Amino acid sequence: MKVRPRDFPREDSARASSAASILARDALPALLAALRTRGYQLVGPTLRDGAIAIDRIDGESDLPIGWTEEQDGGRYRLRRREDVAVFGYTVGPWSWKTFLVPPETKLVTAKRDAGGAFTVDAGLAEEPKYAFIGVRSCELRAIQVQDRVFLEGPYVDRGYRLRREAAFIVAVNCTQAAPTCFCVSMRTGPHHETGYDLVLTEIMEGQRHEFLVDAGTERGRELIDELALRPAMIADVEGAEAAIDRAVAQNGRKVVTDGMRELLYRSYEDPRWDDVAKRCMSCGNCTMVCPTCFCTTVEDAADLAGKEATRTRKWDSCHTLEFSYIHGGSLRPNARSRYRQWMTHKLATWIDQFGVAGCVGCGRCITWCPAGIDITEELAAIRRSEEARHGGH
Amino acid sequence: MRTVKKPSVAVWKFASCDGCQLSLLDCEDELLAVAGAIRIAYFPEATRAMADGPYDLSLVEGSVTTYHDAQRIQQIRNQSKLLISIGACATAGGIQSLRNFADVREYTSAVYARPEYIETLARSSAIADHVKVDFELRGCPISKHQLLEVVGAFLHGRKPQIPSYSVCLECKRRGTVCVLVARGEACLGPVTQAGCNALCPAYDRGCFGCYGPAESVNAPALSRRLAEAGLGVDARMRLFRSFNAAAEPFRRESEALEQGR
Repeated sequence: MKVRPRDFPREDSARASSAASILARDALPALLAALRTRGYQLVGPTLRDGAIAIDRIDGESDLPIGWTEEQDGGRYRLRRREDVAVFGYTVGPWSWKTFLVPPETKLVTAKRDAGGAFTVDAGLAEEPKYAFIGVRSCELRAIQVQDRVFLEGPYVDRGYRLRREAAFIVAVNCTQAAPTCFCVSMRTGPHHETGYDLVLTEIMEGQRHEFLVDAGTERGRELIDELALRPAMIADVEGAEAAIDRAVAQNGRKVVTDGMRELLYRSYEDPRWDDVAKRCMSCGNCTMVCPTCFCTTVEDAADLAGKEATRTRKWDSCHTLEFSYIHGGSLRPNARSRYRQWMTHKLATWIDQFGVAGCVGCGRCITWCPAGIDITEELAAIRRSEEARHGGH
Repeated sequence: MRTVKKPSVAVWKFASCDGCQLSLLDCEDELLAVAGAIRIAYFPEATRAMADGPYDLSLVEGSVTTYHDAQRIQQIRNQSKLLISIGACATAGGIQSLRNFADVREYTSAVYARPEYIETLARSSAIADHVKVDFELRGCPISKHQLLEVVGAFLHGRKPQIPSYSVCLECKRRGTVCVLVARGEACLGPVTQAGCNALCPAYDRGCFGCYGPAESVNAPALSRRLAEAGLGVDARMRLFRSFNAAAEPFRRESEALEQGR
């Protein structure tokens, strides 16, 4: 079974067709209101604690209009823009994973009655119906990567499936990129390909401020029809293309993906792992912010009287000792082995496991690493290291 | 589970501020459940009743700083089936371990009118430096939730769920934007053990390291990053030299920074 639920066959030329419409800047609140009317809880970028974070929002005024950010290894700063762009920034510390795979989920509660019998509540509550506003191409690709984990194979994650199937995705094509972005290298953006309900491209030229909007699904199309938008002209589409091309040019990091998997398989003993271990703090931030990292742990707790027990699922990280703990000790006892495992999984073993890389080039692990460790630089260094060993070949 | 006889618990104090043992009284909602599950046999802070040992469980707060205490902890160990040290003083020596980096005689002569009355050890040390400790519960002060977890695990004969990974995991799970990356705040989170649910960063402060070093610490790496963020060598030394100053990875880093001044 193919598991990209809303993969929508869409020819490249469609981008240049008149199927697209124009949403006036003033009509954006109407789009969000229409989603709310349909019962969706809006989730989108908003200003919080000095960053543009994804959170529940009520409407357009919660969006970080006129804000952007500076990002680099281990550094993030919020900045005012000179214009009033609605989507004039890239990705923040959290991804949509926070809503599709919540950081903590209560799985089971068990209560013991006086007779000693258990009542088990498996917590099959109704799942929220989200509309994700402003999903970037790399992020949608990350969701599709997680689909393979949670929906494919014999064990389907019920909660994920319900949240995922309900989620309405309003995608945004990036018209600017951060120095930490490398979606172009990973072939995950900045152009959206498939999987969205609606896709917006923000067009700002002089006094003009509009969105080129296109539907990827029937329910997306219905929404566009309801808003009675004017059809886009070829010039509108070309303008949007040019804006997206800016993001291509601005991709600040590059990765050579050719032979990446084989290179890493040959490099288990590369001295670069010792070098990165000197900088890595094993804090686990890279795994928390990564939109494809899916590992969780399950914790059981009981009250003092032994009458009530709960089982909770929490985000876990392969950078902890507990993660690889088996009888007698941890399989990956040091930062060298843990960082190597994480990066090799992202860029090599993930491909064997799921058919795609576990990295979508969003750059979050670079920005939010307190040590500023850069996965693109580590890969390049390993490549250089091998070339130096086989110098001349 | 029907316990025929409630396990007896003793709470002991060494050099400390009492804050950790008060966490037990702080339990409020859970206090009745605690009282129902255990028999407080010795807890001078809470009750006049002082039953003799042996005790099923001893909770030990504070560090060893006097000759008398060094002997007393041996007696307590001998009377306790299980001994759990609670708080930064008991697990690392506490803030009073600042004496370990200085001459304690100089301190006493500066502080006391009659320093000759003061009989004290040159160093403040953790309980585990003196006797076998079955479990160390970190924190300054400890978290009452973790205390209940440890006591509950003891009662039900299971392993306590006390994570030893970094504070960063708690920040990210609760949705706190990284104060170090987004604002350049001096934060010990990446090298500090979780347990407080990342309290300080949630209130716009860097982590002070109350829960001591995480399971695998790379203090020099954090120190370098803080230097790049503009934190001077003295400030960095002081950051590592607080409640858990004598915990090995923090001690090593603060001493390296002190020498590098």
